[in-house]
Amino acid sequence: MPTPTDLGLPETPAFASRVDDELALRLYRSMLRMRRLEKRAYDLFLQNLVKGTSHLALGQEAIAAAFGEAMRADDWTFATYRGHAHTLARSVPMEPVMAELLGRSTGLLSGKGGSMHLTSVEHHMMGSYAIVGAHLTVANGAAWSAQLRGTDQVAVCFFGDGTTNIGAFHEALNLAATWRLPVVFVCENNFWMEYTPIDTVTAVPRPAADRSAAYGLEPVFVDGNDVLAMYDAASAALARARSGDGPTLVEAATYRHGGHSRADPGKYRAEDEIRAWLARDPIDTYRGHLVATGVDEARLKEIDDDVARELDEATEAAKAAPPPDVDLVERDVWADGGASWRN
Amino acid sequence: MARGIAQELEHDDRVVFLGEDVASAGGVFKSTVGLLDRFGPRRVRDTPISEQAILGAAMGAAMTGLRPIAEIMFSDFLAVCWDIVANEIAKTRYMTGGQVSLPLVIRTANGGGLRFGAQHSQAVENWAMAVPGLKVVAPATPRDVVGLFAAAVRDPDPVIFFEAKGLYPGKGEVPDGEIVDELGTARVLRNGRDCTIVALAAMVPRALEAAETLAGLGIDATVVDVRSLVPLDTRTILESVAATGRLFTVEENPRLVGWGAEVVSIVAEEAWSELSGPAVRITTPHVPLPSADALEDHARPSAARIVETVRKTLG
Ligand SMILES: Cc1ncc(C[n+]2csc(CCOP(=O)(O)OP(=O)(O)O)c2C)c(N)n1
Repeated sequence: MPTPTDLGLPETPAFASRVDDELALRLYRSMLRMRRLEKRAYDLFLQNLVKGTSHLALGQEAIAAAFGEAMRADDWTFATYRGHAHTLARSVPMEPVMAELLGRSTGLLSGKGGSMHLTSVEHHMMGSYAIVGAHLTVANGAAWSAQLRGTDQVAVCFFGDGTTNIGAFHEALNLAATWRLPVVFVCENNFWMEYTPIDTVTAVPRPAADRSAAYGLEPVFVDGNDVLAMYDAASAALARARSGDGPTLVEAATYRHGGHSRADPGKYRAEDEIRAWLARDPIDTYRGHLVATGVDEARLKEIDDDVARELDEATEAAKAAPPPDVDLVERDVWADGGASWRN
Repeated sequence: MARGIAQELEHDDRVVFLGEDVASAGGVFKSTVGLLDRFGPRRVRDTPISEQAILGAAMGAAMTGLRPIAEIMFSDFLAVCWDIVANEIAKTRYMTGGQVSLPLVIRTANGGGLRFGAQHSQAVENWAMAVPGLKVVAPATPRDVVGLFAAAVRDPDPVIFFEAKGLYPGKGEVPDGEIVDELGTARVLRNGRDCTIVALAAMVPRALEAAETLAGLGIDATVVDVRSLVPLDTRTILESVAATGRLFTVEENPRLVGWGAEVVSIVAEEAWSELSGPAVRITTPHVPLPSADALEDHARPSAARIVETVRKTLG
């Protein structure tokens, strides 16, 4: 497993790009909403209130937040089972997300999808998909529809490093490139699949960037913990897609602080590896950068408190909501709202 | 088939058509000749050999306002993109609490008759029928190819449209003008007192031929063309069984968990007292389909096998 330095990354994110003050704070708020919600979700697991499985993006927030701010409101997000952050990034409120995790009637999916399938069509969050690789092909379809209808919309598709070794990845990249689709593929390389390091099972060192030439694309490798660098990369890829120049494959180097999923303490990783990446925490380092560049601590504190309040209210409201009505089991298989297969 | 697709491309701008070799070449079965010239490359598209990418593109396009028709050249190839069919397309409306609509059609050449061997000949309609969230249609006549296809394209849910490749050379009357049929409706093709033979797709002409022969032997058979497995017109089947008291299904799919098993179980549960003898399934045996004429013909239910089975059963 390469160290950040082996990868050409600085010990802490460089934050070399500039954005205006409002955007700088929005990025901070967005990452903080993700971090706090997922930590709360984890606490609720421990209390056995959140059931099933759940995959946290703790440590990976900068990628979702940067894209969330760079995307147009009508651009589409396609995410994986590790999709809480990507959902919040599209301004989906916390309460229905939390209620979905808790299996309540007020959940984003009325309790029918759970943690791995968060979707909010209203926010152009077109789904969280739990079969590795499939959604890259689906994102292409949305991009194709934008291209045909001339709407200038872009589809953005997030996935992990492990996904670069499944057939659907290659099918999707090739089709996107040949049809010049307005789609951005974002590989969040956290260097681990579930419990296996990506470099032990992959033919090239950079699983996405080193494959881009096969599809006639430029390699794009970004420090995924540097929210400003990510914002630049996102803006460039979105602009390229919107101007008709086709897809971009972005590889964002990052790290998940915890295990792969709820049940995994992540003990297979070396202590010094974890330490090196915790020192690159996207939120702590960014907060430090904001303070160092003259942002008033009080402004940041205000955001911290605001997010804490939003989260507490969302959690309480979600916990208070009733479980879904069992009638829902046989609803929404078909467009007519039902599940009937015979007369 | 080309007429059916053209009718829908004409009827609705949101309809697009994609697949391998479907545009310039007009399809490996020449069933889409002329569509590219008439509708242009924006709406009629050749794709790479990427079945997952084809169906994923159809799905993403459907959820964002288009009404795609995707071709999977041979239904056996559904196995390489079954994730997109069974996990993505079929489940997404349900999992999202009804947020996502997927009005799309997957059309595919299904079943045997052309000596193509086991990887290009299987009848897999029962795979599709087993997945909640998919509608499953399989026409037996040229008229239904157009009419049921139109119904499939205009349906708000995903439909798998199985075209019996053994019937591609078949001929039949197709009236002029727009034809739009209805999913979930079986059709009684022949009315008889003594038994009900329920058949699908390529088995329908064989059931009709068998019924003619049986008539000569003094057995008067009703023939029902199921046409659509999901939704399933159980009413027509149950009514017919109530009238004849005997049920036979003729299925091209391999024996286990074929669609006829579902039909028989419904009849057993709901019309037991109407039956005057065992319900009998006539199917391809539980084998991959062999290639040589003699073997393939023996494996698939033939008119002669139907006649033989009905005659023996009715004594
Ligand atoms: C087709 C498929 N194979 C295996 C799995 C089980 N699985 C779920 S997540 C995962 C690891 C994926 O790793 P990566 O793409 O790097 O994403 P990450 O979890 O790190 O975000 C695996 C193997 C699956 N969901 N789908």
